[in-house]
Amino acid sequence: MIHQDSKTILEVSGLRAAVDGVEILKGVDLIVKSGEVHAIMGTNGSGKSTFAKVLAGHSAYQVTGGSVLFEGRNLFDLEPEERARAGVFLAFQYPIEIPGVSNSHFLRLAYNTLQSQRGKDELDPLEFEDFVREKMRLLEMNPNFLDRGVNEGFSGGEKKRNEILQMALLEPRLAILDETDSGLDIDALRIVTNGVNKLANKDNAIILVTHYQRMLNYIEPDYVHVMRGGRIVKTGGKELALDLETRGYDWVGVERRAPASA
Amino acid sequence: MSMSLVNSNSYLESLLQGQPRLQPSPLAWFNQLRANAVDHAGRLKLPTTRDEEWRFTDLSPLVRQSFQPARTAAALQSADVEHFSVAEAAIRLVFVDGKYMPELSTPAERLGNRGLIVTNLASAITANAEAIEPHLGQYARFEDNLFAALNTAFLHDGALVIVPRDAAIDTPVHVLLIATQPEAASHPRCLFIAEAGSEVTILEDYVSLNEAAYITNAVTEIAVGDNARISHIRVQRDGIEAFHIGNCAVSLAHASRYRSVSVALGARISRYDLNTVLDAEGAECVIDGLALIHDHQLADTHSSIDHAKPNCTSRQLHKCIADDSAHAVFNGKVMVRPDAQNTDSAQSSRNLLLNAKARIDTKPQLEIFANDVKCTHGATVGQLDSEELFYLKSRGLSGVAARNLLTYAFGAEIIDRIPIASLKYRLEQTVLEQTKKN
Repeated sequence: MIHQDSKTILEVSGLRAAVDGVEILKGVDLIVKSGEVHAIMGTNGSGKSTFAKVLAGHSAYQVTGGSVLFEGRNLFDLEPEERARAGVFLAFQYPIEIPGVSNSHFLRLAYNTLQSQRGKDELDPLEFEDFVREKMRLLEMNPNFLDRGVNEGFSGGEKKRNEILQMALLEPRLAILDETDSGLDIDALRIVTNGVNKLANKDNAIILVTHYQRMLNYIEPDYVHVMRGGRIVKTGGKELALDLETRGYDWVGVERRAPASA
Repeated sequence: MSMSLVNSNSYLESLLQGQPRLQPSPLAWFNQLRANAVDHAGRLKLPTTRDEEWRFTDLSPLVRQSFQPARTAAALQSADVEHFSVAEAAIRLVFVDGKYMPELSTPAERLGNRGLIVTNLASAITANAEAIEPHLGQYARFEDNLFAALNTAFLHDGALVIVPRDAAIDTPVHVLLIATQPEAASHPRCLFIAEAGSEVTILEDYVSLNEAAYITNAVTEIAVGDNARISHIRVQRDGIEAFHIGNCAVSLAHASRYRSVSVALGARISRYDLNTVLDAEGAECVIDGLALIHDHQLADTHSSIDHAKPNCTSRQLHKCIADDSAHAVFNGKVMVRPDAQNTDSAQSSRNLLLNAKARIDTKPQLEIFANDVKCTHGATVGQLDSEELFYLKSRGLSGVAARNLLTYAFGAEIIDRIPIASLKYRLEQTVLEQTKKN
C-alpha cells in the first residue's frame, strides 16, 4: 500500500553485477518504500533472480558497479548474516535441505539469533514451540513439519510454505520472494499468498520476483517492473502484469512509456 | 609365563615389563589360549606404515611413550562416575583402568534376571566355563594381530554378558571402562553371548578422567545365536593424549541380527577393527560409524564384513569429520565367499573435511567370489556446501554458527541411530560442543 508518511527502505542505483565474469545486471534502478509491494517480472535470464541473490549477498555474484542503500546504509558493507539481522529476507526459489537438523531447531536458532541482535528475549524450546505453532496455522502447516529435517523430503509446496514461515518468524523489513509461486498448485498458492498478505504491513516492504502474473491475482502489487537484459525497462501499476499475461514480454522496452512516479 | 620371546622388540618389552604375573587358571584350555597368544605376541612385530593394514596409521608415537600396568585403582566414588551414567541402563559394569569395580556396578544378579549373566569375566569364568569356552578366543584371531595377541596374552578381566535362550533384556547393559592413570596400559576383554532367540542392547563405553597419555588395548568378542539380536553401541571418548586400540569380532548364526553404532571422539591415536562374519543363512548386520576428530587426532576404522554363507544382508554407513590437522582413515572390506549366493550388501563411506590441513583416507573394498549377489558401495569426501552455508547465513546465522550446524547435522545422522535416548542426546550435545568454533 502506497502511503504518505512512508520511509525509503531500499534505494538501488545503477546496480551492476556479474557471475563468473559475465555481467548479468547492467544498471538496475529501483526505489522501494515502506508499505509497498513491488513485483519484478521478466523472462528466464532477464536477471531478476540474480537481483534477488545480490540483495541477499550470495558470494557467487560480484557487484561491479552502482550502489544499494538499505534504510540509508550501504548494503554491500554487510555480510549476508548482517543483512538478515538488519531486516533483509530472501525466500529461496530452491530452499536447501538439511538432513540431521530438525526444522524446529533450525527455526528457533534463526529466530533467537535475530531476537538477540534486536535486543529482545530469546525463547526456550517450549516457548518457541507454542509461538511457531501459532505462525504455522497461518500457513496451514502440519506441526509434524517441526520434527523433520529442515526441508528434508518436503514437497515443493511444503518448502515454499516453510520459507514463508521463516518470514513470519523473522519479521523482515524487506522480504524478497524469489519465484515463490513456482511449483505450487492452486491451493498451495492461495495459502502461501494469503500468508504473505497477512505479513505485509505499513512498515515493511515486499519484492516479488516472478515469471507469471498468477501470483499477482492473490498479492496485489503497487508497482510492476519488467526486467530485461539486466535492467528494469518498464514500470507500471498492477495492470501492467495483465498486459504481460496477454501480450507476453516481447513488446516491452520496444515502445517507450514514461515510468510511473515512484 | 615367559616374556623373553619378545626381547627383540623394545616397544613390546616396555609394554610387558612389570606386568604382574597372571595366576594360572584351573581351566587348562584357558591357560592354553593365553600361552598361544604369548607365543604369537612374541613373534609379531609392531606394525609400521609399510604394512598395508596400517599404512595411514603411524604408531611411532606409541613407541616413544612408556607404559606400565595400572596400579591398584584409585577408589572412585559413585559421584566421580555419575556423569557417565546412562539413565536407561539398569545394568552396569564399571571397570577402572581395567579393574572391575563391584561397588560401582549393578550386575544382573542384583536385578534378579533369571539365567542372565552380566558380570565380570574373571569372577564368572570358572562357574560358566562350559558356556564360555566355545566362544572366548574363537573370533578375535591373533595369529597376525599383535594387539589382539597381547590382549589375549594378558587375558584376565572384562565384561561378560550371557543372555539365555529366548530372553529379551529390556534394559541396555552399560559397560563403562574408565581410564584414570597416566601411562597405564589396560587390556580389557569383553565377551557378549546372545543365545538363540534372545535380544539385548549393550553399550561399550570408553571414557577418561585423565588427559595424560595411556593406552587401552581392548578386545571384544560377540556371538549372536540363531534368531538372536544384539544391538551394540560402542563409544570411544578417551582422553586427548590417549592411545586406543580396539578389536571387535562378531559371529552371526542363523537368521540373527547384529546392529552396531560406533562413535570415535577421543584419543590422540585410535584404531578400531570390527570384523563381522555372517556365518549362517539369513543373518543380517547393520554397521554404522562416526569419527569426529580435530587438532592432531588420528582415528582409523577398519571394518570387515564377511558374507560366508548365502542369503545374508549387510548395511554399512561410515562417516568421518576431520578438522584442524586431524587425520581420519576408513577401510571397509566386504567379502562375499564363493557359496554366499543371494548376498545383499550396501556400503557407504561419507566424509567431511573442515580444514585444508585435515586429511581423510577412505578405501571401500569389495571382494566378490559369488555370482548371484547385489552389492553396492561408494565413498565421498567433501567440504561443507556453499549453498547450504549461504542459506543459513541468509537467516542471520553467523558463518561460524552455520558451519557448526551443518557439521553437527552431518554427524547427527549416525548419532540418531543410537537406540538409547539419553546417550543420543548427550552425544549430540558433545558433537555440538566439538563442532562449535568461535
